[in-house]
Amino acid sequence: MYSNGYIFRYAAIMVIIAAALLSTAAMLLKPFQERNVAIDKMGGILASAHIPDVTASNSIKLFNEFVTEEIVLDQNGDVVESYTEANKENAKAFSLDMKAELYKKSQGKPFELPLYVINKNGQSLYVIPVRGIGLWGPIWGNIALSSDLNTIVGVTFDHKGETPGLGAEISTAAFEDQFIGKTIFDNQGQFTSIMVVKGGIGKLAESERIHGVDAISGGTITSNGVNDMLKDVLETYLPYLQKHR
Amino acid sequence: MSAEIREREALFSSKNIKLLKNPLSLSNPITVQVLGICSALAVTAKLEPAIVMAISVTLVTAVSNVVISVLRNGIPPRIRIIVQLVVVATLVIVVDQILKAFVYDVSKQLSVFVGLIITNCIIMGRLEAFAMANKPWPSFLDGIGNGLGYGLILIIIAFFRELLGSGSIYGFNLIPESFYELGYKNNGLMILPPMALIVVGVIIWVQRYYTRDLIEKN
Repeated sequence: MYSNGYIFRYAAIMVIIAAALLSTAAMLLKPFQERNVAIDKMGGILASAHIPDVTASNSIKLFNEFVTEEIVLDQNGDVVESYTEANKENAKAFSLDMKAELYKKSQGKPFELPLYVINKNGQSLYVIPVRGIGLWGPIWGNIALSSDLNTIVGVTFDHKGETPGLGAEISTAAFEDQFIGKTIFDNQGQFTSIMVVKGGIGKLAESERIHGVDAISGGTITSNGVNDMLKDVLETYLPYLQKHR
Repeated sequence: MSAEIREREALFSSKNIKLLKNPLSLSNPITVQVLGICSALAVTAKLEPAIVMAISVTLVTAVSNVVISVLRNGIPPRIRIIVQLVVVATLVIVVDQILKAFVYDVSKQLSVFVGLIITNCIIMGRLEAFAMANKPWPSFLDGIGNGLGYGLILIIIAFFRELLGSGSIYGFNLIPESFYELGYKNNGLMILPPMALIVVGVIIWVQRYYTRDLIEKN
């Protein structure tokens, strides 16, 4: 029979060894993982503007090619920094963490926002990164607006761990393609955001359908998360959008 | 001295080969023991994640079996499940980190299911049923065998689901464009999890047709 002391010693040593192993693995692999996350971020920005054939291996090249300007905005929507040099990855805008900036905003502190300008077939597209909360964890994405800063050209969404088949459907083309051609301002120039409507946009008045998309059946909380994310983040960009429309 | 040699078993004795081969058919974790079904439904829409999942589970089962087998005489029975969980969880996190570092796309597709390897009944089942009572080498073979048995079924399911659901194998389009022009359509139902269950059912049916021993007597 094993004594209680033995059991405690056994458990303690086991946990320390496991912890040491895991932290070593995490430290050694971190640079590779961060690289992948950065490449994925570029891929998402490009994909929202519908740049064709973006893969993990050509993301960096295409990002440098298509992104013409990376802008840092302050909370009043004024341009703080505009980066146009060749190596787009080094821009301050690219290193800004939306999560940290949105947190600063919620605390009432000054914050900065990134904005990417993409030149596609001679047209300027403005890509806004968004970030919000789903059911199980964070959701994020990018919205590409056409040069009128009103019409959506494309969106991409991604998530940490939404329910497969339900909430996770936000990152499928079927959901994302609904946003194409929708507008975030109404005819009077009033900000409307994009509503994610449970039960379908058929429930909306005819004139409002241009500002809405269908929610995902069975993914209500994730759909609401997308709705709130779009509203909150686009509102944060509102000063800039209104100045430049 | 001579007695010691007689006691030592050959590395690949018929008994050990059986440990490796049985889980592939006669005691297959999915089709016979019906374990690990949820991940079999979730990651088999495409061949690539299925293969990565198969390799990951095989690796985790084999290594955790060896670790537990080495420790088996020192593990206090009262906390043995906790010890097993710590070993499995550590290995799974390492696998997850490696996937994130080197095959990011696949790791994104597998998403939560890599973490859920921890809860895969096959792994805990083999630790409790085999590794706690056997030497490291047979435990290693048992782990590899069960991992491969699981992986084999995963790959068969993924093969049919990807072929019929997306018209491709391992991402390469196989169905010629002219077929689509003639009105052929990919079967969208194959992409959805319920079809995986039906494919598993068909595999079990075929297996029992050829292996009559598996059919229940009454």
